[in-house]
Amino acid sequence: MSTRELFTFRNSYFSVAVGLAAGLFVLTAVAGFVVLPRLQPELKYADLWDAFCSAAGLPRRSVSSGEIPKSAHRSSEAVLTSMTLAHPSQESIGRGATLAQRCAICHGPTGISRADSPNLAGQYAAVIYKELLDFRSGARTNAVMSPFAANLSDREITDVAAYYSYLPRLPAFHPVEQHPKPRVVIYGAPMRGIAPCGSCHGSLDNKTGSPWLEGQSEAYLKAQLQAFASGQRTNDISQQMRNVARGLTPQEIDEAAAYYASQPPEIIKATD
Amino acid sequence: MLVNRKLILAHFWFAFAVFGLALCLGAWQMFVRSPLYTWISNPEWYYRSLTAHGTVMGYVFPTLVAMGFGYAITESALQQRLVGVRWAWAGFWLIVIGAIMAMVPVALGRASVLYTFYPPLIGSPFYYIGVVLVVVGSWIWVALMSVNLRVWRRAHPGEPVPLAMFANVAGSYLWAWTAVGAALELLLQIIPVALGLKTTIDAGLARVFFSWTLHAIVYFWLIPSYIAYYVIVPRAIGGRLYSDTMARLAFILFLVVAMPIGIHHTFADPEVGAGFKFIHSAFTALVAVPTLLTVFTICASVEIAARLRGGRGALGWIRALPWQNPIMLAVAFSFVMLGFGGAGGLINMSYQLDTTIHNTQWITGHFHLIFGGAIVIMYFAIAYDLWPHLTGRALPNLALVRTQLWLWFIGMIVTTFPWHWVGILGMPRRMAYYDYSNPAIAPEALSVSLSAVGALILLASGLLFLFILIRSHAQGATEAGAYRFSMPVHPVRSVPLALNSFAIWVALMIGLTVTNYGYPILTLATRHDTSVPAVYVGAH
Ligand code: HEC
Ligand code: HEC
Ligand code: HEM
Ligand SMILES: [Cu+2]
Repeated sequence: MSTRELFTFRNSYFSVAVGLAAGLFVLTAVAGFVVLPRLQPELKYADLWDAFCSAAGLPRRSVSSGEIPKSAHRSSEAVLTSMTLAHPSQESIGRGATLAQRCAICHGPTGISRADSPNLAGQYAAVIYKELLDFRSGARTNAVMSPFAANLSDREITDVAAYYSYLPRLPAFHPVEQHPKPRVVIYGAPMRGIAPCGSCHGSLDNKTGSPWLEGQSEAYLKAQLQAFASGQRTNDISQQMRNVARGLTPQEIDEAAAYYASQPPEIIKATD
Repeated sequence: MLVNRKLILAHFWFAFAVFGLALCLGAWQMFVRSPLYTWISNPEWYYRSLTAHGTVMGYVFPTLVAMGFGYAITESALQQRLVGVRWAWAGFWLIVIGAIMAMVPVALGRASVLYTFYPPLIGSPFYYIGVVLVVVGSWIWVALMSVNLRVWRRAHPGEPVPLAMFANVAGSYLWAWTAVGAALELLLQIIPVALGLKTTIDAGLARVFFSWTLHAIVYFWLIPSYIAYYVIVPRAIGGRLYSDTMARLAFILFLVVAMPIGIHHTFADPEVGAGFKFIHSAFTALVAVPTLLTVFTICASVEIAARLRGGRGALGWIRALPWQNPIMLAVAFSFVMLGFGGAGGLINMSYQLDTTIHNTQWITGHFHLIFGGAIVIMYFAIAYDLWPHLTGRALPNLALVRTQLWLWFIGMIVTTFPWHWVGILGMPRRMAYYDYSNPAIAPEALSVSLSAVGALILLASGLLFLFILIRSHAQGATEAGAYRFSMPVHPVRSVPLALNSFAIWVALMIGLTVTNYGYPILTLATRHDTSVPAVYVGAH
C-alpha cells in the first residue's frame, strides 16, 4: 500500500472525504459560533468576539457585574475535605487533652455530656474542627458556647478536634427504650428532595462535615433541627442541612430527634 | 479454519459467565426499586450492584465478545492461523485479572462509583486499575488484529481484504482510539487521587475525557452485531450479500464519525461552550448514515434470500423467509428493536429535545433497548452460529433456541417500553428508592412493575441461553464443516485502495477528534481554578 497514492487530492475518496469533513466542520462552526449567538439577543453579548468566546466556553464576566448582595448572616468560611484531620499526630491529641479540661464542665470529663450540651467523644474530627471555626467566626452563635471558641487559635482547634475524635463513644446519658426507625430517617423523603439522614450522618455513609448524631440529647437535636428550619442556624455549607430541615414536618423533627437520642452510640461508623 | 478454538471459547465463556451474573443483578435492581418490593433500607447496596452491573455489561462482556469473534474472524476469513497466540492468551488473562480486581472492591462497597466513574466521587484504586487492565488486555487484541492483517496482506498483495476482517479491524481501531479518552481520565486524573497522591480533581475535564470514550464505545459494542448482519445473516438464511462496497462504506463511516460527537453526552454541562455542543450535535446527525446504509443493505440481502426460496410479490416474499432459522429470527427481532431504539435516539441527540429526558429513566430504557436488545440478541446469534464450529457438537434443540430468542425479544419490549414512558413522566435514573405512595410519583408505579416483570422474562431467557450453550458441550460429536461467511451478489475481484485500507480513515478520525475536542480539552487542562476536592467512597 502506498501512502502517496492514498493521500492525494487525485484520489477521489480522499478529496471527497476531506472536503466533506472540513466543509461540515466550517459550516457547523460558523453556525455555532457566529450565527446562533446572534439569534439570541437576550444573551447580551458585547460584540462578536464576546459571543465567540462564550460559545468556545471561556467564562465571561456576567453582564450585571454589580456588588454581590450582602447576606444578613455570616456564612461558614471553613474548608473541609474528606482528608481533613484524617491522621492526627499523638502530640496533637495530647495537647488537645490538656485544652479539653476547659470544656469539661459542659461537655463532660470524658466528652459525654450530663446536661443537654452535645457529646463530643468520638465525634468526627472534621465536624468538631468546623463547628469551632464557625463559633469563632460567628457563623454559628450560641450565648453559652461562643465565648469559649472566641479565643482559640487554629492549632488549638485542630488539637482539641483531634483529641475528642480520638475518645471512645461511651454510652450516653440519654438512653431510653429503643424507638422504631422513623420513615424519614431510613427512607428520607425523595419527593421532597430529602435523602435518608444516615446517608450523610454516618449509619449508612458519612459525608464530610456531617456530625455523628446517635446518643445526642433529644432536646439538643430538636433545637438544632428547628434552628436550621427557621434559618436561625446558617453555618451549614451550601445549606446542606437547612434544605433538609425546612422540608421536615414538626412531627418528623420530633421523631427523628427522639430516635437519634435513643440510639446507642457504639454503632460502627460507616467509615471506620 | 478455526484452529485456536480453545482461545475463542475461553473468551466467549468468560463473557457469557459474567453476563449471566450481571443479568441477575440487573433483574434484582429492577425488582427492588419497583413497587413490588418495599425497600432495601440501604441505598449503598443498590449502587454497589449498579456499579457491578454497569461495569460488567459495559466494559467486560462486550469487549470479550468482540475479541473472541475477532479471533474467529481472523482465522476463518483470512484462512490463516492466528499469529501471536501467546499474546492473545496474555490479553485474555489480563482481562480476567482486571475484571476480578475491579469487582472485589465493588463487592466490598469500596467503589460504588458507577461505571461512568462519577468524579469527584473516588473509590478504591483497585477498581480503576482493574478497569485499566481490561482495556490494556483489549489493546493487545487490537494490535494482534492489525498484525494478522499485515501478515495476510504480505501473502496476498493487492487482493481485497475479506469483508469480515475489514470490518473487524475497523472496529478494533475505533476501540483503540476511543478508549484513550477514559484511559487519560483514569491515569492522569482519577488514579492519582484514588492513590492519595492528590486530593483534588477537575471533574469537568474528566467528564469531557469520558465523553470522548462514551459515544464511540457504543459503536464498538455494536460492531460485532453489524458484522454478523453482513457476513453471517445472508449465508445463514441461504441468500447473498447485496453489496460488499456498501458494507465497507458503513464500517468506514463508523470509524470516522463515531469519534467527533461525544460532547453530546455533556449537553447539560457548563464547562463546555455552546458552540462546541452545536458542532457535536450536528456531527451526531451523521451517525444515522451508516445505520441506514446497513438497514437498507441487509433488507435487500434478506429479500434476495426470500426470492431465491421462491418468494413473490411486493411484500409477499417475507413469508418465504426461513422463520424456523434462529438467525433469521434474531435479525428480525434485532431490527425491530433497532428501529424503536433509533427513533428514541433521535430525541437524545437533539440539544433541545434532550433537555426533557436528560438523566431520566428514558435514557436507561433507550440503551437497554438498543444495547441489551438489538445488539445483545445478535451476540446470541453469533454464539449459536459459531458454537458447533467451536465445540464440534450441534446445538441441542433449535426449538429451545427459538424460545430463548423470543423470550429475549418479548422481555426486552416489556421491560423497556414502560421504562421509556416513566422517563417521559420525569422519573430520574440512578436512584435507589422511589416512594410510590407519593401522589407525584404514584402514576409510575404500574409501569415500573411491568418493567420488573419484563426483567424476569429477560432473566429466564438469559439463563436459558447459558443452559443451551452448556448442554451443547454434551451433545454427540458432529462435523460442522468449515466456518464460512456470506458471499456478495457480485463476486469481489478488486476494491479501490481507499476501501481496502484504513490510513485515510484513521487519519480523519484522529483529525476530527483534534478539531472537535482539542480546544475544550486544552482550555480545561491549562486552567488552574477548575478542580474540586475529591469525595472518597469508603476508601479509608
Ligand atoms: C459553658 C458550657 C460550655 C463550655 C465550657 C463549652 N461548650 Fe461547647 N457547647 C456548649 C453548648 C451549649 C453547645 C451547643 C450550642 C448550640 O446549641 O448551638 C456547644 C457546642 C459545641 C460544639 C458543637 C457540637 C456539635 O455537634 O455541633 C463543639 C464542637 C463544642 N461545643 C466544643 C467545645 C470546646 C472544644 C470547648 C472547650 C474549649 C467547649 N465546647 C466548651 C456548651 C459549652
Ligand atoms: C445532605 C446530607 C445531610 C442529610 C441528608 C441530613 N443532614 Fe443533618 N447535617 C448535615 C450537615 C453537613 C450538618 C452539619 C452542618 C454544619 O454545621 O456545617 C448537619 C447537621 C445536623 C444536625 C446538627 C448536629 C450538630 O451536632 O450540630 C442535626 C441535628 C441533623 N443534621 C439532623 C439531621 C436529620 C434528622 C436528618 C434526616 C431527616 C438529616 N440531618 C439529614 C448533612 C445532612
Ligand atoms: C435482565 C435484564 C436487565 C435488567 C432488568 C437491567 C436493569 C438495569 C437497571 C435497573 C439499571 C439501573 C438504572 C438506574 O438505576 O438508573 C441498569 C443499568 C445498566 N444496564 Fe442493565 N439491565 C439488564 C440487562 C442489561 C444488559 C443486557 C446490558 C448490556 C449488555 C445492560 C447494561 C446496563 C448498563 C451499561 C447500565 C448503566 C449503569 C449505570 O447507570 O451506571 N443491562 N440495568
Ligand atoms: Cu453518544
